[in-house]
Amino acid sequence: MANDTVIKTLVVAGILSVVCSALVSSSAVLLRPLQETNKDLDRKKNILQAAGTYDPDQPIEDQFSNFEIKVVDLATGKFRDDIDASTFDQRKAAKSQDQGIAVPKKDDIAGLKRRSRYALIYLANDGGQLDQLILPVHGKGLWSTLYGYLALDKDLSTINGFAFYQHGETPGLGGEVDNPRWKQQWVGKKAFDDQGNFKIEVLKGKTNPSSPDIDYQVDGLSGATITTRGVDSLLGYWLGNEGFGTFLTYLKSNQGGTPDG
Amino acid sequence: MAEKSSKIVLDPLFNKNPIALQVLGICSALAVTTKLETVFVMAAAVTAVLCVSNTVISLIRNFIPSSIRIIVQMTVIASLVIIVDMALKAYAYDISKQLSIFVGLIITNCIIMGRAEAFAMSNPPGPSFLDGLGNGLGYSVILVVVGVFRELLGSGRLFGHVILPLSTEGGWYVSNGLMLLPPSAFFIIGLYIWALRTWKKDQLEED
Repeated sequence: MANDTVIKTLVVAGILSVVCSALVSSSAVLLRPLQETNKDLDRKKNILQAAGTYDPDQPIEDQFSNFEIKVVDLATGKFRDDIDASTFDQRKAAKSQDQGIAVPKKDDIAGLKRRSRYALIYLANDGGQLDQLILPVHGKGLWSTLYGYLALDKDLSTINGFAFYQHGETPGLGGEVDNPRWKQQWVGKKAFDDQGNFKIEVLKGKTNPSSPDIDYQVDGLSGATITTRGVDSLLGYWLGNEGFGTFLTYLKSNQGGTPDG
Repeated sequence: MAEKSSKIVLDPLFNKNPIALQVLGICSALAVTTKLETVFVMAAAVTAVLCVSNTVISLIRNFIPSSIRIIVQMTVIASLVIIVDMALKAYAYDISKQLSIFVGLIITNCIIMGRAEAFAMSNPPGPSFLDGLGNGLGYSVILVVVGVFRELLGSGRLFGHVILPLSTEGGWYVSNGLMLLPPSAFFIIGLYIWALRTWKKDQLEED
């Protein structure tokens, strides 16, 4: 057969491209809603896991129902109720002109380059009182940006849980940020000292249990110095004045009520 | 014919194993074998893609101009892989997160294009499907063997169930950290090939 004529080659290539692209795009359209639901459930699961209240036997939506989602203006530390929390996308906002800002190089310890002016935070309430506060954090590791949630207890310093839900670090080394035993270390540690200064740090190597600072220290990951340093700096950034510092101060001075504005 | 079909399916398991004899598709065998759970999903995904791509390419083999045949094969394979990737994201989200980029990298798995070029281009759809199935299973056998060793020796578990209690969790077994790193798969595949060629002398290469 004369398969190798120019016309035939073009026709075969054309038909093949059309058929393949139709298949790929139709499955993309058909599966999109399911994928979106999965992503959303996964995010909620991660928040619950950071909060330490995740129960695999209960539907995630039910467990998530006592969380209140709010948008915080990082500069003023106040809630912005005029921004719809259900549609706000912090990563998109970071890239946009009006909702994002460039992070000045000297402050950019977490390697962000740009960040959103606003952040989505999650409040777990217990009888009208703040029970837990969950903050989204992210920053550069070795290969990738690590995205995670930090859960603070009602004193706004004790860590209830800390977990990353997305990263591309080396499995077995930096990827050990997902290791349940490593994550367990964070529980009960304090982010701030009694004077309210940021103090928690991830050591390079093991912590010494008899150290007076043991409440503020976490083991580093062996074989993953840069990932460890990344985790350390991203907490420093997000709990500092560039990040949620102003909001936390504001929240503290309004303990008992929730800040509005 | 029946005997021939079973030969097409069974030969790639040990006699003509794509990884052990032809040493194709090593990359993903290194990457996804730290846990049996991901091993099975990866093996199923590769086998599915291999069966379908072989069948499709065999169906259109008489229309493919030889000047663009590699591109045609790639297009078919890439489309299938994208669909598998999206299906995993929709129906097995947790596992697709663990496999991450490696599902997409099935496109570059040499076994798939190797079989398309070597078998499907010159055989009818039926045998091509069986050839895809056989080679997919052959790939799976190696992945499972490697996965069993790596998960058992590296984290003391099989399918996530504790078999050897780890010393770090109060047990007695000191885990072998090397098993969690990709190079260990090289050692296991090397030992496997050694064992296989001792058993089946005809696979030995002449000096």
